[in-house]
Amino acid sequence: MATQIPVNEVHDQIAQVPRRLWLEVLHGCVTTVDHKKIGLMYIGYALIFLVIAGFEALLMRIQLAIPNNHFVSPEVFNGLFTMHGTTMVFFVGMPILFGFGNYLIPLMIGARDMAFPRLNAFSFWISAFAGFLLYFSYIGGSGLYGAGSAPDVGWFAYAPLTARVFSPGHSTDYWTLALLLTGIGSIGTALNIVATIICMRCPGMKMSRLPLLPWIYLVMSGLTFVAIGPLTAAQIMLMLDRYVGSHFFDTQAGGSAVLWMHFFWIFGHPEVYILVLPAFAFANEIIPVFSRKAIFGYPAMVAASVGIGFISLSVWAHHMFTVGLGPGGNTFFTLATMIISVPTGIKIFNWLATLWGGKIQFTASMMFAIGFLFQFLIAGLTGIMLSVAPFDWQLGNSYFVVAHFHYVLVGAILFMIFSAFYYWFPKMTGRMLSERLGKWHFWLFVIGFHLTFDLMHVPGLLGMPRRIYTYEADRGWMIWNLLVSSGAIIQTVATLLFVYNMVWSYFKGPIAGPDPWDAWTLEWSTPSPPPSYNFAEIPTVASRRPLWDLKHPEDPDFDYEIEQGSPQQTKKEGA
Amino acid sequence: MFASQGWSGFAAIILSAFIADPTNIFAPAGTPARSIFSLSMLVLSITAAIFLIVAGILAYVLVRYRARASDGQGEQEPPQIYGSNQIELSWTVIPILIVVMLFLATTRVIYTTEHAQRPANALDVTVVGHQFWWEYRYPQLGVVTANELHVPVSDHAHPLPSYLTMSSADTDHSFWVPRLAGKMDLIPNKVNTMWIDPETKGLYLGQCAQYCGVQHAKMLIRVYADTPQEFTVWVEHQRQPAVDDPTVAVGRDVFMHNACISCHTIRGTVATGRFGPDLTHVGGRETIASGSVPNTPANLREFIDDPANFKPGALMPPMHLDSHDLDAVTAYLTTLK
Repeated sequence: MATQIPVNEVHDQIAQVPRRLWLEVLHGCVTTVDHKKIGLMYIGYALIFLVIAGFEALLMRIQLAIPNNHFVSPEVFNGLFTMHGTTMVFFVGMPILFGFGNYLIPLMIGARDMAFPRLNAFSFWISAFAGFLLYFSYIGGSGLYGAGSAPDVGWFAYAPLTARVFSPGHSTDYWTLALLLTGIGSIGTALNIVATIICMRCPGMKMSRLPLLPWIYLVMSGLTFVAIGPLTAAQIMLMLDRYVGSHFFDTQAGGSAVLWMHFFWIFGHPEVYILVLPAFAFANEIIPVFSRKAIFGYPAMVAASVGIGFISLSVWAHHMFTVGLGPGGNTFFTLATMIISVPTGIKIFNWLATLWGGKIQFTASMMFAIGFLFQFLIAGLTGIMLSVAPFDWQLGNSYFVVAHFHYVLVGAILFMIFSAFYYWFPKMTGRMLSERLGKWHFWLFVIGFHLTFDLMHVPGLLGMPRRIYTYEADRGWMIWNLLVSSGAIIQTVATLLFVYNMVWSYFKGPIAGPDPWDAWTLEWSTPSPPPSYNFAEIPTVASRRPLWDLKHPEDPDFDYEIEQGSPQQTKKEGA
Repeated sequence: MFASQGWSGFAAIILSAFIADPTNIFAPAGTPARSIFSLSMLVLSITAAIFLIVAGILAYVLVRYRARASDGQGEQEPPQIYGSNQIELSWTVIPILIVVMLFLATTRVIYTTEHAQRPANALDVTVVGHQFWWEYRYPQLGVVTANELHVPVSDHAHPLPSYLTMSSADTDHSFWVPRLAGKMDLIPNKVNTMWIDPETKGLYLGQCAQYCGVQHAKMLIRVYADTPQEFTVWVEHQRQPAVDDPTVAVGRDVFMHNACISCHTIRGTVATGRFGPDLTHVGGRETIASGSVPNTPANLREFIDDPANFKPGALMPPMHLDSHDLDAVTAYLTTLK
């Protein structure tokens, strides 16, 4: 059975959609169950929160630019870093990655929608509501006290700071409920992704032919099931502590602060991989296309992703090396954490091998992907430093850690998200993003990023702890903080350029056509943007790169996969 | 605020980058910090080597395999290579070997630090974290003080480490003096221990490293490493009850007849509060407000008037004393050497 992809009507023009009233558009958003619209809504909603949380970061960097600054008060600053962290993780990272997954997975596996379209809409709306609930705390946080206040307990909200005696008012409750609700949305979407990938692949797409993006989303969704549960349980316990008088985390009555840490981090560390795995997924699609080569070592890439998924469940207490676990616990979690560098290393080397011998095209998308590779390498190496428990006794909770995880979250994940935007924006809108502006965006962002996050390691090495609203002038941290803050301004400018590029290109960009990158996976066989039914006729595939087979009938992938795979099985299918 | 810094401030900022930093983790002055330093050098050299190799390969690949105009419109796709089990095995096994080596080196430092043999003459200090100050109690010596920790110098010939037994009265805190040791958290309803052994006499700085509430930033740590003789003198002095100077009797009365005594202890008086720092010898300390400002009469007066002047969010309320009482109580506290 060879690849059969019915040739869709070629669209040189974007389908002529009659202009609609904004009320109709809005009605369409509220009532839709189309995976593509929901995906775009996730992405749009995440971008709004990205701007908000980015602005919060900028305010913090202004405050920290010089010692003993009075730009914001400690109360405001503590709210800013709590909201920045919570927003970026739960209302930017999760929704933007779920948004891309929602949009791309059905298209890449040849399906017409997700397995449960209405659950999909429900998950989106409950997550969106959670985001609004979190920010409503700025109005309702302190209830009767008058002016609102944001949660200010830090994004990991260690007990017993969250107890009512230390956190009066309702801001902590808004935080708890927002996370609880968005967790329900995350579980719903993860469930949907798993069901879609297991049940709705098009004919011929065995698991061994599944593109790596859906594969990795499968692992990420499995992690979501495991990770969100403990977080939700902990939030419920915290609510009981605050309002029913239970003592799970109430240390004054025999509760345990360390128990909260375990609950939080057994969620929190898999969460890091929930966020970074989709970045790997994008890289696995984008790097091969712009190297003009198949991904190197597909089975190893799948195995490494699954391996990372499992190992990431046993490393959580490396966030707790300084809480007095004792030498046994510290040793175990050092080893578990170091081991995760092995599958991660395999991925980096396989990407390098994919580039090796290719014809690398430096599009804006590829430039961000290369930035990702470089920065993820460094983030991994500082991660190894932090896995060394004694080194972590110095580096933990310092600005070195802040620099390290921003290297992961910005240098790796956000760079790969930008890369994904340049790559899939044409599919989603039918128009290309400006490459020229894209390269400006890339270079400005790279400069700003390295200025901020390379130098941010230094004050950590010089003893500067995180989460301080100001610092002493005699510690030698001034120059570093000033430079770090100036980098933040460059990143802001770059991001505004990106927003401008998206808006301009949406209306004026060149028409993309169905397959602007000469790519190989099924989403590029549909018109851009794809019709609501995705595929007029469900395709049949015979290899991992069905469009390669169509474009290169003289050298199709399935010939190779017959040699490498199990010949009998392939023969039965009659290749 | 930016404008008030001016160019001289700028010059100071640039200069400060080159002055020895008081909290540099790479300037160890005690055994725990030194063993972490040696381990970190090993880790840094291994990671630097990995970085150079991998980033070098990346740079080579990007230059060598970039699409060229001479490729002819990119019509010809490069050869498709799908993988190689041998090569992939090599970049699985080599990292595993590196991990094993790093893990063994790490385990050694974990055990030598956390399972160190405790000498019989070691000094015991109980450290209690409070929002937003440090309480230090010396159970063997009957001394209680706050914010400025005094310990003896410990040299190789006569090791005299200080063992800190730590817990918290309210939220989580973390004791971090980078030049002496790694940090250890102070967690309510849990007791942790760590030890320090400053090699040379001097002042070692640090600060709370676990977010503990509004004024986490100004919960500063000062560790004074004294020679054994100086330490003995200091202990003897601290054991004395508070100075009772008749010339400041007015201020003493103000203190004893206001809410001050609910939170502060001054040994030998009716003030027996435990919520705030012990003030028996507050006049002898170099700083106030948990290391935030020098202990001058002017600063002390401003702090008593409203602690938020230096530490917004501090739990001590503004005392609403009139100018006369403020002067008097400041004069009294200044005599408590």
